Amino acid sequence: MPVITYREAIRHALAEELERDANVVVMGEEVGQFHGAYKVTEGLLAKFGPNRIVDTPISEAGFIGLGIGASMLGVRPVMELMFWSFYSVAFDQILNNAANVRYMSGGQIHCPIVIRGPANGGTNVGATHSHTPENVLANHPGVKVVVPATAADAKGLLKSAIRDNDPVFFLENTILYGEKGEVPEGEHLVPLGLADVKREGKDLTIVTYGRSVLHSLAAASVLEQEHDISAEVVDLRTIRPLDIDTVLKSVAKTHRVLIVEEQKPFASVGSQLAYMIQREAFDELDAPIHRLATVDAPAIYSPPVEVEQLPNPQRVLQAALEVLA
Amino acid sequence: MPASLAETRLISPPGDKQFFAPHFPRPSVTKKTSTSAEPAGAAPAQREDFSRAPVNARLTADAKIELFRQMVRIRRFEERSLRAYQAKKIGGFLHLYIGQEAVAVGCCSLMGPHDHVITAYRDHGHAIAVGMDTKPLMAELYGKATGCSKGKGGSMHYFAPDKNFWGGHGIVGGQIPLGTGLAYALKYQGKKGAAMAFMGDGAVNQGAVHEAYNLASLWNLPVVFVIENNGYSMGTSQARSSAGELAKRAAGYDMEWGQCQGHDVYEVRAMMDHFLTKARDQQRPSTVEIDTYRYRGHSVADPDNTYRTKSEIEEYRRTKDPIQLFQGKLIAEGVLTEAAAARIDEAARAESELSAEFAEASPFPTPADIQSDVYWDSDNPSERKSKGRLFFD
Repeated sequence: MPVITYREAIRHALAEELERDANVVVMGEEVGQFHGAYKVTEGLLAKFGPNRIVDTPISEAGFIGLGIGASMLGVRPVMELMFWSFYSVAFDQILNNAANVRYMSGGQIHCPIVIRGPANGGTNVGATHSHTPENVLANHPGVKVVVPATAADAKGLLKSAIRDNDPVFFLENTILYGEKGEVPEGEHLVPLGLADVKREGKDLTIVTYGRSVLHSLAAASVLEQEHDISAEVVDLRTIRPLDIDTVLKSVAKTHRVLIVEEQKPFASVGSQLAYMIQREAFDELDAPIHRLATVDAPAIYSPPVEVEQLPNPQRVLQAALEVLA
Repeated sequence: MPASLAETRLISPPGDKQFFAPHFPRPSVTKKTSTSAEPAGAAPAQREDFSRAPVNARLTADAKIELFRQMVRIRRFEERSLRAYQAKKIGGFLHLYIGQEAVAVGCCSLMGPHDHVITAYRDHGHAIAVGMDTKPLMAELYGKATGCSKGKGGSMHYFAPDKNFWGGHGIVGGQIPLGTGLAYALKYQGKKGAAMAFMGDGAVNQGAVHEAYNLASLWNLPVVFVIENNGYSMGTSQARSSAGELAKRAAGYDMEWGQCQGHDVYEVRAMMDHFLTKARDQQRPSTVEIDTYRYRGHSVADPDNTYRTKSEIEEYRRTKDPIQLFQGKLIAEGVLTEAAAARIDEAARAESELSAEFAEASPFPTPADIQSDVYWDSDNPSERKSKGRLFFD
């Protein structure tokens, strides 16, 4: 199986879907001539031309809204946000128009748009560029929210997202762009809303997604080697729709839960997960559900300190030991 | 057929190729409080006869009567919905179009098969003008399952994609990028058509509008931005909210722009025909500002006496009522008689009454309906590709 980067996996997904469906258009700031601010779209302009790979001005409310309008007429735009942090200037378009138009029209209109880009901290760019809005987005019925952790998932999920008939918000990670992984050759689709057990275990369930999956896997290795603890790592992959069944199945096996997320803790994805697990698997729990999130403050700039603000393998390890204490 | 003065005016002035010259000396931005003191040059008697513009001259008598009928239908629908609101049959907001009928009717009467419309929350007139049936429109106001959005959208959220009508949007200016996207889609798909993106005068100060202007002009998109200037953004007059002339802001985006009087359906059609043609044929956007007036408050629940006077409303109604004026013109043209106009009015009243009866007799949606029409996936379970839980109760 070929080993490619997360970035290449996304690029391959875009290229394959552009090839497959003439309605697919890639649009965003610097996606064409500049090859993408993070080089995700590199080479696509040369292959597909300026009608399919569209450079936009720095104008998120305008071009995201334009994409939503175009999607109502059957275009399938894949919009790049250079950072998901910039969603705030397009909030009305994303969460009033895209999220609600189907409902408010009594189901007459659908909006097959994908908005993708990185949403993460850890790159020392300060609070304005480090937002992780998956909880905010997923709070809006009508939208789907995807946060892939690996190259294979990034490719398979993005292809599914582009074919989906609802608005899909696809949250990548700048730190993961260079991470390599095996990606199946040929048509590779991962359905939205299907979690993946990235590591099997019997003593503890770590529920996580995005880059925190990598930290959790690293911590799980140490748990096994140094503490003789077998941790199961469940990667949600999609936040909404949510594969809660896979989570509950794991909880029934391990009876202990740690949630790891690169979110601020208040009303986070983890908050929702903890509610659902206690509600639906109360009798399975041998310990309170624990959660490791980003330390609750705006993202700090200072490089060595930001590492400590976010989940990292050491913090995951400590939190896991607390659950098992 | 003599060349219309309107035609010659549509030719841009020498040395200024970009911009459509305003038709008339414009009253100051305080015009809404001085409607009786317009410059002499703008007095109706000396103004262009837009019935001679080609787009109007080729109208059959029946087509002219149809324009009149549509305006009357809107007026009577709105009046009936107001009574229903006062009777507490309708919740939330009700933004009435009374006084502005010639704008939506004039613009939408020019629609071809690939022309599209999107507007803000004062959307009843556009909905009727694109051909939506008034029964589901009224039922929507009543919050009934037979409403055009199944009782899920309400007054501000009418949609009819089968009639190229894309809403009905609640946030001021938020629909303008969407309308620009409709134009983008037309161009991308190689369809010869145009989008009309309507907004009120209050919307021109929203950033999303300016972002859309820029994209439309930069990418040569077939969209006409239509500012329905009724003089007040809610209770704030144009003079207190907007610097400069509204349509003229388009010039900063290298876009043609125009202004016209919105009480004359012929004039609306003459100007819009020019800009729609330009959009369809040359893929160029434009911004038009159509002066109009609403007789009722911003929403009927809002007070209407803190920011304008009754006499101002009465003056407009007396001198510029779009329906009265057009009725007078059609009678003068020999197209319509008083008796025929009365019959049209009677039919419109009856239609609005029937729409209210239909709404009254219709069932409400049930709590079980709350979660349908949220996701394409959940509404089409047999074709659903995604897994997992979509709702979180």
